[in-house]
Amino acid sequence: MCRLFALTSQDPVSPMLAIKALDVMKEGHDGSGMGLLLQDLGGPFEEMKEAPILSGIFSEEGIRRLDLFMMDLGFLTKYKISLKIPKKPMEGIPRRDLYLIRAYELPEDWENLTRDDMASRLSNIRLKIREMGEEKKDMMVFSFWPDTIMIKEIGDPLQLAHYLGLDRKELKSRVILAQGRQNTNYAIDLYACHPFFIKGYSTMTNGENTAFIPIKDFLTSRGIAAYTGYQSDSEVFAHILHYSLEELGLGIDGYKHVITPLQENDLVQHPDVHFLSHLKRTCRPLIIDGPNCVIGTLPDHSLFMVQDRKKLRPGVVGGKPGLYGFSSEICGLDAVIPDRDKSKDFQPMHVDTAIVGPERQEVNICRQTEALSLPL
Amino acid sequence: MSSNRSLEPSSLSLNDLPWQVRYSNDRCTLCGQCTAVCPVKAIELGVFRKRIIKTSISKNAEQTNRYDIFYAIQQRTAVENACIGCAMCTLVCPNDAIHPVKNPGLDRMKFHINQQGVPRRRGGRRNASTSVLDRIKFTRISMLTDPALDAGRHEFEMRTLLGRVLSPRENMKRLREKGWIPPVREIYPLIIGGMSFGALSPSMWEGLQMGVAYLNEEMGMPVRMCTGEGGCPPRLLRSRFLKYVILQIASGYFGWDEIIHAIPHMKEDPCAIEIKYGQGAKPGDGGLLMWHKVNTLIAAIRGVPQGVSLPSPPTHQTQYSIEESVAKMILSMSMAWGFRVPVYPKISASSTSLAVLNNLTRNDYASGLAIDGEDGGTGAAYSVSMDHMGHPIASCIRDNYLNLIKIGKQNEIPLFAGGGIGKNGNIAANAAALIMLGASGVQIGKYVMQAAAGCVGTEEDRCNVCNVGICPKGITSQDPRLYRRLDPEDVAQRIVDLFVSFDTELKKIVAPLGRSTSLPIGMSDALGIDDHAAAQRLSIKYVV
Repeated sequence: MCRLFALTSQDPVSPMLAIKALDVMKEGHDGSGMGLLLQDLGGPFEEMKEAPILSGIFSEEGIRRLDLFMMDLGFLTKYKISLKIPKKPMEGIPRRDLYLIRAYELPEDWENLTRDDMASRLSNIRLKIREMGEEKKDMMVFSFWPDTIMIKEIGDPLQLAHYLGLDRKELKSRVILAQGRQNTNYAIDLYACHPFFIKGYSTMTNGENTAFIPIKDFLTSRGIAAYTGYQSDSEVFAHILHYSLEELGLGIDGYKHVITPLQENDLVQHPDVHFLSHLKRTCRPLIIDGPNCVIGTLPDHSLFMVQDRKKLRPGVVGGKPGLYGFSSEICGLDAVIPDRDKSKDFQPMHVDTAIVGPERQEVNICRQTEALSLPL
Repeated sequence: MSSNRSLEPSSLSLNDLPWQVRYSNDRCTLCGQCTAVCPVKAIELGVFRKRIIKTSISKNAEQTNRYDIFYAIQQRTAVENACIGCAMCTLVCPNDAIHPVKNPGLDRMKFHINQQGVPRRRGGRRNASTSVLDRIKFTRISMLTDPALDAGRHEFEMRTLLGRVLSPRENMKRLREKGWIPPVREIYPLIIGGMSFGALSPSMWEGLQMGVAYLNEEMGMPVRMCTGEGGCPPRLLRSRFLKYVILQIASGYFGWDEIIHAIPHMKEDPCAIEIKYGQGAKPGDGGLLMWHKVNTLIAAIRGVPQGVSLPSPPTHQTQYSIEESVAKMILSMSMAWGFRVPVYPKISASSTSLAVLNNLTRNDYASGLAIDGEDGGTGAAYSVSMDHMGHPIASCIRDNYLNLIKIGKQNEIPLFAGGGIGKNGNIAANAAALIMLGASGVQIGKYVMQAAAGCVGTEEDRCNVCNVGICPKGITSQDPRLYRRLDPEDVAQRIVDLFVSFDTELKKIVAPLGRSTSLPIGMSDALGIDDHAAAQRLSIKYVV
């Protein structure tokens, strides 16, 4: 089972903080890889919140092809961070040419685009680059979105962090999602590495998704180009999140009603039984069966955690105003926020969604049995 | 027959018959129960003459030669009296003196059963014991990364939806605009398929209804049963139990005069309306209730004269195109209940099923599609239809489901599979396989008769006389002397046994796959089969 750690902080912090938490939970992952999402960025990116940032891994040939492609589209580089890789290779970490973190100036004709148009164009560019990279295996792209950086690589998280120099001062953010992988596949595909990102939404999960095939079939038949990939059965959690909030207009309190709807006895007692019955029926193929703990972020930089219906995975939320952590294990939280009030640590159960909003002042618990905000 | 007499072409010997009665004169008490119970009078009391010769090597001893007679059970060889293998004789024999045995050689009666130019007609099944469904295994067993669930302890919601489910976005829009949203029923995924009042005896029908009511009201299992084409007893139409019933309308419209007139008096809406266009056992052929079974009661319910055969036409006669036969009829039936009742067609599995499905996808009033495969049963059909017409259910359901995925409507039009589910007794495994291939639920008929009423039919051409009303168990007979053998209370009890045990088995299949909170419709990654061609055809794993 992979180990997950996420934090949301008033002040930008280094990703090393989250990686430290992964390291103390080391018994639970096998060092087969790490995925990192940084949002609500600090440092130099603070000044360019609108500029889409491309994150990925490229070969020399790949970067040349990327530059030509982006120039053709009218994108100019605004800022970049070059991760300097030590000359001496490290065992267990593949040799790459370039880890790209590059912010672009938007083309002029993009300025008056609606939010939706912008989102779909950015997403289409990411998919196109991914497709180009798959031909020659020279480009891997994890995200292309404003105020968002994603780093994924094979190896032990702490070693990787030192290898890539992730403790550098330009690399700071207020929201971090970090996952230490427990590999269950023979070959490690970085596209199967959490967190997954789609148009401002991101999730990471542990556990296996037993209902993967029907969910994948449903998502891929929605006619939405970005619902693709699925090298990992967990990628669907991010896409269901996007579908629930963007396509159906639900709030985050509705997400759990999509993936783990209430069963008949609870449903009939719910104040929104009519609405929820319809939601349960129409979204039936999106029901997950676990065992999964899902941690995710929303475009407004809220962080949340939900469990499957049977609550078969561990997960805890705790912290103090200004700094909250979401962790697979309590020792992860202890490593990062030792001075919190531990009596307020919360382990979400089968009907809970734990949310820390963008103000980062408290943990809101949304119980599935309570009324929710309806998009009606 | 003497050896010097001429033979008729259809003179058969015991050796030519499909079933041979083995009989032990030593054990027989000549009580006569076997001859009384035999539904086809295949056996009779015979008086046999026997020559007894007594000789001796002694010169002085008298050499005697005398004739004696003895009584014994004798098997008749006329085509109409050929033993059907039902083994009722064995059931009633107090001394275990008699039992029928299947002829291991070629059954020559097949060539002579068309006396007077009438081909064989029978009830029952296709008589083919092979089953692709039996060969499908559930191979994706959860282990450590996703622990298997406990079938006995976890909560399960094994329910399915019958009705047109809109896409989430469209449904949300109609909720917002307070538009019409098609009716949807949440039901148990194992449905008792259409077997008419008429095809079944009153005892059997009553037992089924009682069992279904008990399952719903005492066991909390929303089991539904379909009436088949034969109407519905007036008292049931006006009772609250109607909500557990799917009313079927087929090309003969039998019983629909009564139903339409009862609409204003209905306390509850029926669960759904099934429009039968085809039946897996005899695709392209209409329903048939032979005159033997059309007694006063049946005639009254169906609105027909007594003692006449009731063949439904192969197609709905007032309609000439798919628009009319499907779209208009679905709309008319929906309208009859104020658009509150799901209406769906049932067709026989065929290579043309996809065309029907595609048509339904564009019709908001179509609530689902039931597809009946070649292994489906029937109360009466021509043998040639049963044996040689039709399409297996597995690939038909799979093709239809994959087609729905392609157009993104896999949750919108539920597919119900029928035909051969549990034909060799593996009902939960067969049902789960079809659900994982894409069915939203399954319909069963023969299995219900076998498990709940003791139907003796097997895939070995045993019995199969449902068509002529002589069912030795009283399941498909309208003769009170026969159907009083069946106690409706016992049938109800067995229905409950059947569903409760099925539910346990279904959980025992889905729990190890890590599924419990929703029916794993289309979870094809769980399936494997030991036949490469079948695996490719069904898009599942090939495992050896």
